[in-house]
Amino acid sequence: MLISCNSLSVHLGKRSILRDISLTVEPGEIVTIIGPNGSGKTTLLRAMIGAVAPSAGQLIKARGLTLGYVPQTLHVDETLPMTVGRFMRLPKRGSRVEIDTALSQAGIPGLEKQQIMSLSGGQFQRLLLAKALLGHPQLLLLDEPTQGLDHRGSADFYHQISMVRDEIGCAIVMISHELHVVMRKTDRVICLNGHICCEGKPETVSNSPEYLSLFGLDGDNESAIYLHHGHHRYSHNGATHRA
Amino acid sequence: MVTIAIAITELPTVLDDFLVRATLASIGVALAAAPLGCFIVWRRMAYFGDATAHAAVLGVALSLTLSMPIFTGVLIAALAMAVAVTALSGRGFAMDTLLGVMAHTSLAIGLVAVSFLSGVRIDLMSYLFGDILAVGKTDLMVIWGGATVVITLMTVRWPGLLLSTLNPDLALANGFNPKREQMILTIALAIVVAVAIKVVGVLLIAAMLIVPAATARPFSRTPEAMAITAAVIGCIASVSGLKAAFVFDTPTGPTIVCIAALFFLVGNMVWRSVGVLSAGSRESNET
Repeated sequence: MLISCNSLSVHLGKRSILRDISLTVEPGEIVTIIGPNGSGKTTLLRAMIGAVAPSAGQLIKARGLTLGYVPQTLHVDETLPMTVGRFMRLPKRGSRVEIDTALSQAGIPGLEKQQIMSLSGGQFQRLLLAKALLGHPQLLLLDEPTQGLDHRGSADFYHQISMVRDEIGCAIVMISHELHVVMRKTDRVICLNGHICCEGKPETVSNSPEYLSLFGLDGDNESAIYLHHGHHRYSHNGATHRA
Repeated sequence: MVTIAIAITELPTVLDDFLVRATLASIGVALAAAPLGCFIVWRRMAYFGDATAHAAVLGVALSLTLSMPIFTGVLIAALAMAVAVTALSGRGFAMDTLLGVMAHTSLAIGLVAVSFLSGVRIDLMSYLFGDILAVGKTDLMVIWGGATVVITLMTVRWPGLLLSTLNPDLALANGFNPKREQMILTIALAIVVAVAIKVVGVLLIAAMLIVPAATARPFSRTPEAMAITAAVIGCIASVSGLKAAFVFDTPTGPTIVCIAALFFLVGNMVWRSVGVLSAGSRESNET
């Protein structure tokens, strides 16, 4: 066990954001959290990094757990000059080799001298990934890491993440709204809407009535067709699904 | 050894010259304002700096009523203002509205409160625009003491401050508390306002924070370079502003700010024309 939530609830002000969340992440596991807007996905991740305190329940971390956190694409003010190299050395000065390794693992080798303002969306997300990799994380937490990337860009980014996972063997918890893209490598999908609606293997979740009704896919509508179309494009490994 | 001994014994005599004291005072303020000014620019807190400075007039009234040092009163008022704004933010008002209301209300209350103090005759202008030529040895000690505290705070907390400016959650994941870093900036801001009031006055403190940092921006590749460049620009503007005010017989604080603004203008024009030139040469290379 790396991290475990035990009947965790979170209130922000008077609003209840998360209710009775229990989940455990094992070493090397990939867990994807999906859910509609406002379902508490980001809050759950922020609770895991300690940014919000639970109002009830417990959060248990393995002793000496190293976390890597990749935020939703962050806005860097254009008044703040910052090179890739300096960003990687914040807050601790890492060695050159470590930084080069992390940048290569994230797929952006040799960009050290560039201003981060000048990076493309995909490069910037990889930079955030590289930064999270610096601390040799046992658990990598990603909050909608492909927000703002186009279809091709996010598929590439997920590919990069799975390569990183294979290389360093960390566990991954990530938030995504693109179930059809992340399905291939995910061990477990958690469908969140204030509480855990359903969880399990991606194929199980994508056919469960809770999932379909939560995303408004239970009717005979356009998005259902789109989702199944997505299956075809990204599930080349023969996952069982009905088209 | 002998020269050092002479220098030390002569130091008090050197400080007898009001121009030397004024120069040292303005350099102290410029050095403290530079790194803080960078954070104010990066975090888009310019109005926040202004509001804190406006509260200083209330601090002056407070000091005179309770007959305590101006520095203490201003520090208390500026801190109270900064804490109040931080506490009230995100409660239904847009930040700029909130700051606009609080900044000018505190300025108005301060001015009204000062008018009640009929017993003491005070020169309000000297607090609004500074009175650097009247800086005494005690003032100088207060200014350099405050500047040392601010520069030390900024240096020691630099990584955490920078990381929480980039992204609060990223800071948290790296073991820094963004709320604490925000509080450090708030305290540093209150100290700078309190020490700068004598040098540039309430109305121009924000300029000393923002103008050198904004001037340094185009010429900097890293945050550290920007802070150091801003400090150099601030010092040059202060010393040459002082000199210019003496030569042209103009008010000192405003003259310093005018020179800093001139640097900003020239710097940006140079940078833009260089940018246009290099873009032009790149185009001609491609064709």
